[in-house]
Amino acid sequence: MNPARKRTVRLVVALSAAVILASALIYTSFSAASPTVTPSQLVREAVPGHAYQLTGKVKPGSVRHEDQTLYFSIQDRAGGAAVPLSYTGEVPGPFREGREVIVTVEKQGTRYVGQQDSLITKCPSKYKETPSQTTSS
Amino acid sequence: MALLGGACLVLALGVCAYGICASIYGVRAHRPEFSESGRRSVYALAGILTVAFLVLELAFLRNDFSFNTVADTSSTTTPTFYRAAAVWSSQEGSLLLWAWLLSLWSSLVLFLTRKRMREVSAYATAILLGFGGFFISLMIFYATPFATTNPAPADGVGLDPLLRHPSMMIHPPMLYSGYTLCIVPLAFGMGALLARKVDAEWIRATRRFAFAAWLFLGVGIMLGARWSYSELGWGGYWGWDAVENASLMPWLTGTAFLHSLMIQEKRGMLKVWNVSLVLATGTLAIMGTFLVRSGVLSSIHAFGGATLGVPFVVLIGVLVIGSIYLVSSRREMLRSEHRLDSLLSRESVFLANNLVLVGLCFVIFWGTYFPLISEALTGHESSVGPPWFDRYTVPLALVLVLLSGIGPVIAWRKATFANARRNFMAPVLAALITLTVLLLAGVSAGKPFAIAMFCCAAFVLGSVGQEYWRGVRVRRAIAGEPVPTALVALVKRNRRRYGGYIVHIGIAVLFVGVAASSSFQHVSELSLSPGQSTKVGAYGVRYVRPIATITSQSDKAHTGATMSLGAVLDVSKAGKHVATLSPSEGFYDSGDPSEGSVSHLIGGQAVSHVSMNSGVTRDVWSAIAPDISTPRLQRIMTIANRTIPYIRPDEGMIALAVLEREYLKAPPPAQFKLIVSPLVLWIWIGGGIVLGGSLIALWPAPSAVRRRVSVRARSRAARDLARA
Repeated sequence: MNPARKRTVRLVVALSAAVILASALIYTSFSAASPTVTPSQLVREAVPGHAYQLTGKVKPGSVRHEDQTLYFSIQDRAGGAAVPLSYTGEVPGPFREGREVIVTVEKQGTRYVGQQDSLITKCPSKYKETPSQTTSS
Repeated sequence: MALLGGACLVLALGVCAYGICASIYGVRAHRPEFSESGRRSVYALAGILTVAFLVLELAFLRNDFSFNTVADTSSTTTPTFYRAAAVWSSQEGSLLLWAWLLSLWSSLVLFLTRKRMREVSAYATAILLGFGGFFISLMIFYATPFATTNPAPADGVGLDPLLRHPSMMIHPPMLYSGYTLCIVPLAFGMGALLARKVDAEWIRATRRFAFAAWLFLGVGIMLGARWSYSELGWGGYWGWDAVENASLMPWLTGTAFLHSLMIQEKRGMLKVWNVSLVLATGTLAIMGTFLVRSGVLSSIHAFGGATLGVPFVVLIGVLVIGSIYLVSSRREMLRSEHRLDSLLSRESVFLANNLVLVGLCFVIFWGTYFPLISEALTGHESSVGPPWFDRYTVPLALVLVLLSGIGPVIAWRKATFANARRNFMAPVLAALITLTVLLLAGVSAGKPFAIAMFCCAAFVLGSVGQEYWRGVRVRRAIAGEPVPTALVALVKRNRRRYGGYIVHIGIAVLFVGVAASSSFQHVSELSLSPGQSTKVGAYGVRYVRPIATITSQSDKAHTGATMSLGAVLDVSKAGKHVATLSPSEGFYDSGDPSEGSVSHLIGGQAVSHVSMNSGVTRDVWSAIAPDISTPRLQRIMTIANRTIPYIRPDEGMIALAVLEREYLKAPPPAQFKLIVSPLVLWIWIGGGIVLGGSLIALWPAPSAVRRRVSVRARSRAARDLARA
């Protein structure tokens, strides 16, 4: 095979492999993804059996432990709708009432159940909005 | 002081505007004095931003709460070390740090290249000043660090307790140094394309900066991982979070560039690829900065408003379009001087390594930005979790480690079968011995990826060890040196090569730690009362007694906690005492009087202070969440809030002492998280080896210095002879 043809074949093979891999990546990302919702959206849109990634704040006064199960409610950042849920699995150290969390939930009947080990507590680390008033600069 | 800081920013913006105009006019009109003036304006910018940074730093150290950013992120009770570092915990302060570091690195590179590549340097100067001007504009128009409040509050909110950790204080300057250093090769790459001078000169001039960017980013990532492991109370070091991924992506493309530039230097190949990698790395660094400031993606890091999103999107758009235009319009000049001779060659392995690294970067990019992509395509925001990332990154990481073992021993241009057999015998044997030992030890059960990673790491150690051994043997044969002398001399003669090999060892060791700790970890989360015990893996853990301290002065972690409650845990194995751990939780002043005159003293964030016993073979890690919500303890707080006025914090501390005594007398059950992770220490050791190898590779070779000196001496001698 002449060198130019050999290079073309190599290029076609490499590009085909890249396209196949990229297609697999795109396909699996859509099939493995769960919609990101707020508590008020979850209450409106949840379909039983589907997984949702719920983001919101832990409602103060809603946290209780019973054996290995954690019960708590998540409400919108601005307050309002709260979703009560049960959860088993790893609880991150910074988990507290009032903290922002992300958890994968499923609606089972009328209840919401968190997927095991899916709870993530947002790290309240940087760039918080503060109420300071600017008078000069 | 605020006025001085604000004036510095305005002046700095003016200097940027002048420098950009002078540099571009100088190069277009062939007036080098203007290009020179543009370069000097970068030095002036560095000086002005140094003054601005010092003004802000002084405001933090002097507790000047008239500065909004000081009031929002510091307080009189914040320890001095953390107060000094709180500058970059705010949005405004971190922007100033970004611009300041950029001006310093820009000054350094322009000083070092002042006598070379005048045209390329002039364009690069304009681009660097453009970035500087962008960040200074953000500070003037969107988030000024010098905004003040009048009258000033008596005290500030304080630095977030979670950030009160030494590694978290060093982590941002490291990452920002990495990000800003990524801009240097980008500016010179663009400068080379604009000046149509695309030989390897600009690569040689900025190679060290690219390496330094990679090193700083790597150190920043490692410090972030260490902070997460030892401070956040979840026992992990990597969570595939958007902000973590943002720093990893430019590191990956930077790694690819550091390998592929060798092919351009040696054989004049991959010019398009290299310049594209440099532009992509710089753009990803800006995207990382954008991600942290825009709040556009959901992250475990909670960010505030999305005020800076639009300017960053515009900048990224300009960068992407500009890069594509420049590369495509100069593609004829970027043609390779040679072709790939064989698929069995070091060039091919480097190319494969580049493809894997870019593939990894693409996977992480897709997963990170998937919420935006899915919303744009389907109208619904969706996201992928760690299992999706693991599915792709684990096999790619395996291939990467394997390639890092093949690269050092395979021949340039074309490897023969005999050559391959000679070079791969020892590494393959090392991998096979490791596999046999693991199988005999019964480690394999259901963890094929971990086993494969151990074997690949052994392969790398075998191949690098062989290279060192051969080098030492040759030196001993030629110079008759003893082994240690020969080893040192070998590394000294070719720091870049042998430093790079040490980096490969570090990466392999790091991945061994990651594979072992993520595959063979034991976790237990449970509630214990004093005297009770539990088992975690092969270890027994007994809750011996509660501990408590009040007042920020007695806070063992030195983070300024008003009260700390914890436990003494006895860790044993097969009945033998192994370690005593004392995890605690710090309670901080919320500064909010509405919580109660005493309750506010401990009403702020509660932060876990992890206690662990680190060892060569395993870490025993513990965190506690004590319960102070029992009716008995709450009654003390209610009475204290009712009887003690807000203005008497000293009496409030007495009430907390009563709470502490009651807690110690009859401690309620506390929630514990206990983890036994094998080989975690090797992650940090691997990081240290990478750092050491990088420093060796970065250090200028003495032979190069000697060469420069001897060239000068020779020319002087020639002049003297001519005169004579």
